[in-house]
Amino acid sequence: MTVAAMERNGLDPVDRRILVATQGGLPLVPRPYYAIADRLDISPEEIMRRMRRLLERGVIRRIAAVPDHYALGYRANGMSVWDVDDPRVDELGQQVGALAFVSHCYRRPRVLPDWPYNLFAMVHAATRLEVAERVATIADLLGGAARSYDILFSTRILKKTGMRLEGRRGV
Amino acid sequence: MDELDRVLVNRLQEGVEVVERPFAAIAAELGIPEAEVCGRLQRLVDDGLLTRFGPMIDAEALGGAFTLAAMSVPAHDFERVAGLVNAHPEVAHNYRREHRFNMWFVVAAERPEGIGEVLKAIEHETGYRALDLPKRREYYLRLKLDAGAAR
Repeated sequence: MTVAAMERNGLDPVDRRILVATQGGLPLVPRPYYAIADRLDISPEEIMRRMRRLLERGVIRRIAAVPDHYALGYRANGMSVWDVDDPRVDELGQQVGALAFVSHCYRRPRVLPDWPYNLFAMVHAATRLEVAERVATIADLLGGAARSYDILFSTRILKKTGMRLEGRRGV
Repeated sequence: MDELDRVLVNRLQEGVEVVERPFAAIAAELGIPEAEVCGRLQRLVDDGLLTRFGPMIDAEALGGAFTLAAMSVPAHDFERVAGLVNAHPEVAHNYRREHRFNMWFVVAAERPEGIGEVLKAIEHETGYRALDLPKRREYYLRLKLDAGAAR
């Protein structure tokens, strides 16, 4: 990372070392920051101070358990995709995103002619039938504003590591 | 996975504060020792129910960018292409889906220009086109899956 980019992001080499050391998971011990401190030779107080700051800035979204939804029994993962009237997509997207069973909802660009859909709503459930029922609820909500839609069921996780910083740059 | 595990997974998806003993609060609430919280979390990770417990990094807040990319890959060539795509550290997730566009992956780069570079490299290496579908707007990010509902 260039010096200019580092200043823009405020991710200095110490922040980077801390993120690189923790991004694959915290040590699952009662005092995890002490365990990391031993490894990095940075004081636990300094690690916690910096991680709090990264949380405040949103560089760290949260420090949390990241479940594997397949393993949790949500075997059916349907990405529903919709071709919604542009003038109405924001208003309707808010409503779709607010549905309890929609885990993520995004507006994305169309890539015509291959890809006509501009609204994506992720639906997880135990079975495909349940996903389809939930998608039918979305279809009702969108009504005539959606010209067409599809459901893309996932059949395999090929990779799930989350965002990873490279350790070597800036260190 | 027992009832306590389910409570742990549900609660800890919301995140913990950065404090000396981040598991103390939930341990006290559940009436179990911190060491048991840690032991259960470790087992959930080892068993694959959790992919990890730790910081979730936002590429955009780092001044970088995310995109969702889609490729249409013939079945006979799928494994080769998955290997080439997954080899890029910027590929954070990759799912196979039932559709003409059957490979869907998220690219997270520390610099916005990194997205285009990675997609170009992937197209060049694999010989297939990648649709670039960056998020224009996010309509609400629900934090958690209910670990109790599906079983």
